[in-house]
Amino acid sequence: MEPSIERIRAGEKGAVAQALNFVEDIRPAMRADIERFLARLEESARRAQVVGITGPPGVGKSSLTSALIRELRQRGVSVGVVAVDPSSKRSGGALLGDRARIRYDVSDQGVFIRSMAAGEQLGGLARASQAAVQVMAAAFDLVIVETVGVGQSETDIEDIADTVLFVVQPGSGDTLQFLKAGVMEIPDILVINKADQEKLARRAYLDLKGSLTYKEVAEGDWHPVIVRTSAVQGTGFDELADAIGAHGQWLEKRGRAAHRRLKAQRWALATFTRLAGELGIEEAGGRKRLLRLLEESEAATHRQCLGLLLDQRSAG
Amino acid sequence: MADVKRDKPWVMRTYSGHSSAQKSNELYRMNLAKGQTGLSVAFDLPTQTGYDADDPRAQGEVGKVGVPVGHIDDMATLFDQIPIEQMNTSMTINATAAWLLSLYVALAEKRGVDPKLLQGTTQNDIFKEYLSRGTYIFPPQPSVRLITDMITYTVDNIPKWNPTNICSYHLQEAGATPVQELAYALCNAIAILDAVKATGKVSDEKFDKVFGRISFFVNAGIRFIEEMTKMRAFTQMWQKLGRDRYGVTNEKSLWFRYGVQVNSLGLTESQPENNIPRIVLEMLAVVLSKDARARAVQLPAWNEALGLPRPWDQQWALRIQQIMAFETDLLEYNDIFNGSPVIEEKVRSLIEGAQAEIDKVLDMGVVDAIETGYIKERLVDANRQRLQRIEAGEQVVVGVNKYLESEPSPLLSGQDSGILKVDPQAEREQIERLRAFRAKRSQTEVDAALQRLRDAARGGDNIMPVSIAAAHAGVTTGEWANALREVFGEYRAPTGVARQVLHAAETEAAQKVQGEVEELSQQLGRKLKILVGKPGLDGHSNGAEQIAVKARDVGMEVVYEGIRLTPEQIVNSAQEEGVHVIGLSILSGSHDTLVPQVVEKLKAAGMNTPVVVGGIIPPEDAEALRKAGVARVYTPKDYELNTIMSDIVKVVREFNSAVG
Repeated sequence: MEPSIERIRAGEKGAVAQALNFVEDIRPAMRADIERFLARLEESARRAQVVGITGPPGVGKSSLTSALIRELRQRGVSVGVVAVDPSSKRSGGALLGDRARIRYDVSDQGVFIRSMAAGEQLGGLARASQAAVQVMAAAFDLVIVETVGVGQSETDIEDIADTVLFVVQPGSGDTLQFLKAGVMEIPDILVINKADQEKLARRAYLDLKGSLTYKEVAEGDWHPVIVRTSAVQGTGFDELADAIGAHGQWLEKRGRAAHRRLKAQRWALATFTRLAGELGIEEAGGRKRLLRLLEESEAATHRQCLGLLLDQRSAG
Repeated sequence: MADVKRDKPWVMRTYSGHSSAQKSNELYRMNLAKGQTGLSVAFDLPTQTGYDADDPRAQGEVGKVGVPVGHIDDMATLFDQIPIEQMNTSMTINATAAWLLSLYVALAEKRGVDPKLLQGTTQNDIFKEYLSRGTYIFPPQPSVRLITDMITYTVDNIPKWNPTNICSYHLQEAGATPVQELAYALCNAIAILDAVKATGKVSDEKFDKVFGRISFFVNAGIRFIEEMTKMRAFTQMWQKLGRDRYGVTNEKSLWFRYGVQVNSLGLTESQPENNIPRIVLEMLAVVLSKDARARAVQLPAWNEALGLPRPWDQQWALRIQQIMAFETDLLEYNDIFNGSPVIEEKVRSLIEGAQAEIDKVLDMGVVDAIETGYIKERLVDANRQRLQRIEAGEQVVVGVNKYLESEPSPLLSGQDSGILKVDPQAEREQIERLRAFRAKRSQTEVDAALQRLRDAARGGDNIMPVSIAAAHAGVTTGEWANALREVFGEYRAPTGVARQVLHAAETEAAQKVQGEVEELSQQLGRKLKILVGKPGLDGHSNGAEQIAVKARDVGMEVVYEGIRLTPEQIVNSAQEEGVHVIGLSILSGSHDTLVPQVVEKLKAAGMNTPVVVGGIIPPEDAEALRKAGVARVYTPKDYELNTIMSDIVKVVREFNSAVG
């Protein structure tokens, strides 16, 4: 039975839950129905800003999500959360424990949390998470996708989320090195969580600030924002919600799809450069040619863009 | 015989309390008359977790696993006609320990008894609450601060009081091996002693006294030689710790002082009379060797796995102690194991293993090892291995996985089916008394006392004097805890489940279930998803954890949110997560209230998700639950996890074919 789009748009929990069950169905016979349903949903519904929260394990993403939900609810923003858990592969079972760490008021109809296993896919995102995000985006004002990631694995979240929020904690040298070395894409918003550890947080802040200003930001581009938060002290979430709001507005002007595609192209080029080296770029016809190729192609996601570039290399 | 000098026996207690202060007081006086030499107070879960009896969270829990103490009048009733200046009172109380001790002190003051005379113990060990028992309230930092406040206060003002009782007991209940029990208990003590030191409020010479007042609460399992050597290892490691780390020199302060409750984990529901020999043997481990003998012993009743023990069951437990102490020649000899190479080698290897684990945890920092879930994960895994050994028959449990044939037990054939029924009116009556108490006190005084409490909590003044004043002013348990919640916030401990590594299905039974899960998941179109929930205030999560890990291992998607959930939370999670089945675990006896609530709230949310329940649930209660719409009821008899999993698959299959 197909879920009711009106009831989903009204944010009715029962309807949203039913729709999520529906789109998760993996039976081949269901595929066409699901696609049709999602297309109808896309047409008929407004679409919420999708915020991806990622970062290495242990940086406090769940407590950050909790505090962010509280802040957003105070502003009257309804929130859907897709919490993606690392999954075990062999038997396919999974322990979904993340919602235990997200505190929320159960009587509040404006918060909805769904856990998902990461499954076999790279990038830490569940097969069904794209569809789940689509359902949530029709039902709530803002959707949060929370997942573990470090290094290159957050490319999938870049493809799903409009706004990417990367969380680090003070003293996490590796991540900072990744960022500085350009292994990792610069997120839209960088959060230094556990900023109650003041000294370390300050050092991390200055460190990041230094490396971010060093990056060139083109005219009209989004300037990555660094926010310091402390879930323990409850500080910084006002600023974080503002930054998310500002990025949302900037995106509206810019066009979300175009922005996401541009990010994918840049990431693909940077990754290709790292893999093939400058020489490899030359052999593939040079940076300009590759960029043009990307722009003219249909490739939209990070993976598609990178695939296109890698094809150039083997072709050449 | 007449010329033999017998040692003084240990303090004999029975962990007890139920229904109301008055009923418990009657029980205590009866037990003392029977020769019990100390009291061990069991508080109900609302008292332990800081809720008043009329708080919605307390519903169904009042007077269930212990006595409700909501204010000073309850405390006075509880000790009516009992001379507290002569009594040795042990209180199993943790997050609200400062409060219950304050009520006890206030009662003494009211009776004109000098608090300096009070003797006893507040359990007050928050770390094992995070790891096993679950009655914590506040985050680690303020919790440790409350403990150090009590230590620095009692050392001057109630010098005969043991302010904290480091528990390895509950670690074993959670599955700890002897090495883990040693290691984590000592780490726990180190964290507390270091914190006391760091306050700078205790002079070096007084530190000897502080060290000497730290006592332990230990478990004794059925492998009694191992348990006995564990106790010898404990005493040696403790003395070394005192000398090396804290510079303690006073020999008396270096004694490892401990009380024991023998193992409840190994007590069985089937052929429950077998628990008597188990209890006797387990007790032997902690009284047999003089050099490491327990200073206080409490024995469980034979029928603990069935329900609440009756006065007669508790009497039997006490008589075991008395026979051991007074009939046998145990107390006439010096340590009988000194010089035994077998014992010494075993002790040495335990110390070696424990020391290695201690070093590891200290390296991480004890609080970090708890907050990151490291220790909890180790315990969950050890418990999983234990259950697997039993299920595979490698570890024999008579009457459970071997020698199952049994005559009907005459012990269970009485009208009460062999257990105590808590009066269903107890909760309502307690609420009435609480409201009457609130009505007669001065609200101005109460408000002022609570304000001073909050100020002290924020400012860092010792929590004890303001709490004692609050007790006199008529503050209630819930008000005290809520005031501190405002200041300190509340905590959720790691479940220890999320990062358990996957265990391949090695046995045929496990592979079979895995296949069933896979097949049903295909039919359903998405993976079989289960919510494992612990409603109510009961924090004994070992069973729920093992179910969660096992369900994952056989291929289910498992949502587990830890302890202390309301029926609303469970229903909300079940809906948002779209689970196919809900598994509830309750050991506090409040299943009769909480389970029907979950079922009703599901209906109200328009859901008909099947519900299964596990816990200490007597047969007639199980029948009532099934009538209320519960699909299955599992009790400690159902120890084969594979069988339970297969049954859950069946429940979901039947349900889904029924609804089409």
